[in-house]
Amino acid sequence: MKNEINLFEAVVIGSSAGGIHALSSVLAALPSEFPLPIIIVQHLHPHSDSYLAHILSTKCELKVKQADEKETITNAVYIAPPNYHLLIEEDRSLSLSIDKHVNFARPSVDVLFESAIYAYQDKLIAIILTGANNDGSQGVKNIKENGGYVIVQEPTTAEADAMPKAAIAATKVDKILPLEQIGPYLLAMVNHSRRVHRFL
Amino acid sequence: MNDIETQNIELQLLLQAIYLKYGYDFRNYSKASLKRRINHRLLKEGLESLSAMQHKLLYDVHFFDRLLLDMSINVTEMFRDPSFYLALRKYVIPKLKQHSFLKIWHAGCSSGEEAYSMAIILKEEGLYDNTQIYATDMNEVILKQAKEGIFKINKLKQYTANYQKSGGLESFSNYYVAHYDHVVMDKSLKKNILFSDHNLAIDGVFGEMNLILCRNVLIYFNSELQNRVLKLFFDSLGKDSFLCLGSKESIYFSKTSDAFKEVVKEERIYRKLY
Repeated sequence: MKNEINLFEAVVIGSSAGGIHALSSVLAALPSEFPLPIIIVQHLHPHSDSYLAHILSTKCELKVKQADEKETITNAVYIAPPNYHLLIEEDRSLSLSIDKHVNFARPSVDVLFESAIYAYQDKLIAIILTGANNDGSQGVKNIKENGGYVIVQEPTTAEADAMPKAAIAATKVDKILPLEQIGPYLLAMVNHSRRVHRFL
Repeated sequence: MNDIETQNIELQLLLQAIYLKYGYDFRNYSKASLKRRINHRLLKEGLESLSAMQHKLLYDVHFFDRLLLDMSINVTEMFRDPSFYLALRKYVIPKLKQHSFLKIWHAGCSSGEEAYSMAIILKEEGLYDNTQIYATDMNEVILKQAKEGIFKINKLKQYTANYQKSGGLESFSNYYVAHYDHVVMDKSLKKNILFSDHNLAIDGVFGEMNLILCRNVLIYFNSELQNRVLKLFFDSLGKDSFLCLGSKESIYFSKTSDAFKEVVKEERIYRKLY
């Protein structure tokens, strides 16, 4: 019985155009003791610096930082540095690469998501937010095939709807929610699975 | 045991097979991006599994050559990260001018763009004629391209912009001749560059350097291999010599970090203390 309750271990998020506002909204709903690491790819200009981590840390209670290579993942929010792909190793540390752009993007959401499957398998929650291309759709398809949970921003609430639409078209996603409900839903879902797990 | 665990066994066996058959050691590479690269080749060749790939690479050397190109890191550009080259001109070059002869090592030079960038800077600073640049890579196919010094013309706009931002003193077009959709780098730039085969995972020291550049290579290695390579650099540098890493790489987790001090922290330029 206990095995049937999925005790999630990580959250991965992909976003692009309009993403800074959307990420702020999701993260602001989470308390400082949120029990899972959150690893984010937001498409950025290649020469932008670490300002995104700084902005997001002012919008929420969580610890937010730019990802360092070989860093061990703890309960914090990690942002991919501009112009590098961010990947998760199976020992649950972070690594970076300058491999070619994927879906015209570096960092690419697909690259993060696909590496996350090896590290977390079905213990993974993936979220696709606003964006103007289809990066992430292959990733969510693979995450679903491996038993993970996928939440997509309701396209009409997205500043750019191509990315959520592509994700929805790629697979049977678990939940489609307006932006302002994503953070609260994520929190409730994670808390619930933990409570049930303790009870069993 | 689930599929992912089984695939991990296959990957370990594949890397072991490559090492035993061809001598290339990928066993201490970071696995996440290595897997991506190998899976890319798997799909392209229509192979069913890593085990099938292992069989193929053991008997088909041409297949292995294609795989090796995927597995080595071939993404680079001229004056990549212009702010780094600007800092190099400002803080490193003046110190190098104190020497009568210089040895510079580009480790993991790939198709050579950064070695040519360095040659241009040295020329403009009046140091080129007294310098030997060693540009090394483990992949001979890529080294051959580097030696030719022929690059696609569609990259030129970016390279020119990078050159200007990096403190270039001339017009960038002085350094190449356009030929259809390619540019050929000026011959005089490669006069003192020795392109040669060197594998950071297995080969050793080959000289005492004044400056080593190894940018965006260490990110592909696990901590054990990173330590090996940083020790190799330590052993290859004289006192007061310089080490330059990629903008997200650091020596701080390594055993040799005490031997270096930061020259320009955000550009990852270090100087050996003893």
